[in-house]
Amino acid sequence: MSDKLHVKIWRGKAQGAFVEYEVPRQDSQTVLDVVTHVQRHLEPSLSYRFACRVGMCGSCAMTVNGQARWTCRTHVAKVVDGRGRLEIAPLSHLPVIKDLATDMSGFFDKWSSAKGQFKGTATRHDEFARVQPDSPERQAANAGIECIGCAVCHASCDVAAWRPDYLGPAALNRAWTLVNDVRDVMQTERLRAVAGDAGCHSCHTQGSCSERCPKGLMPTLAIAGLKRKVARAAVKGEL
Amino acid sequence: MNSAVKPDITSAIAQARRWYWQRISAMVLALCVLVHLGVMVFAVRGGLSAAEILGRTQGNWAFGAFYAVFVLACAAHVPVGLANIAREWWGMGEGAALWLSRAVALWLLLAGLRAVWGVVA
Repeated sequence: MSDKLHVKIWRGKAQGAFVEYEVPRQDSQTVLDVVTHVQRHLEPSLSYRFACRVGMCGSCAMTVNGQARWTCRTHVAKVVDGRGRLEIAPLSHLPVIKDLATDMSGFFDKWSSAKGQFKGTATRHDEFARVQPDSPERQAANAGIECIGCAVCHASCDVAAWRPDYLGPAALNRAWTLVNDVRDVMQTERLRAVAGDAGCHSCHTQGSCSERCPKGLMPTLAIAGLKRKVARAAVKGEL
Repeated sequence: MNSAVKPDITSAIAQARRWYWQRISAMVLALCVLVHLGVMVFAVRGGLSAAEILGRTQGNWAFGAFYAVFVLACAAHVPVGLANIAREWWGMGEGAALWLSRAVALWLLLAGLRAVWGVVA
């Protein structure tokens, strides 16, 4: 292990350039530690985003050596090459605000467009809904519910690059958890929202989202579920 | 921002239907390709000549029906994928991609059925 890292970091907006910094190598160092070192000691004007540092908040995702990753839980040892080189860029498929910070508003607007909000009918005066934990619907919802909204899947999706209006794996995964929520009453509306080429039918099942999801979720599976559900509803004329 | 991602439900249903047809035709194609490869391997054992092929296929309406289904499945399957490629890789608009795919589908259908007719009739 060399005692120095040669770190190239993107500076600028859509137009910009990589700037190289030398960062001391440490044991158990994460990529976020590296970026923080640069900002605190070498380049005070460097912009980046983080909050929890423990893989819960989903705000620190960046492109590390060409791949979207959550930087707070990516150890340098896992991604650095033999010569101690790291290249850190903002997430792909999102507008860059400055340096490593991207504008996530379009990304979250898509969650909203995919009807990612829960809508129930029960009030505080009603009994709790009873949902069997081992029912297929609950199992399917559980499988996707731990999303932290880091946009690593979105940045890894080719279709998101080719079709700017594509809702993307994160929003569709969220929709699938609600499609499987038996308390939700917005089902037809949601299927309409996720149908078609801006929605689930554009997915080519390449699986990059599932491959790269730091939480090990499977948006590909969720999207396949939506395709089946929407197609069935379309054939029956229920959309 | 939201207006760009608001779905047009009529075309969304059409897109969902196209996806469904692509999927069904893919299942038919998978079967057809297997049978086609099997028959080819079997048929070329004793060498292959035009006369030999036509001798087997002419008047064989079961053969004709099988390949007609094969052509139909191709004509249903190819345009959906082609329209996607045209939109995503060639940057065509939805309308243009759709018309291109329909034209190719028609050509596949006519050329394919003509070929089937040519060896069976």
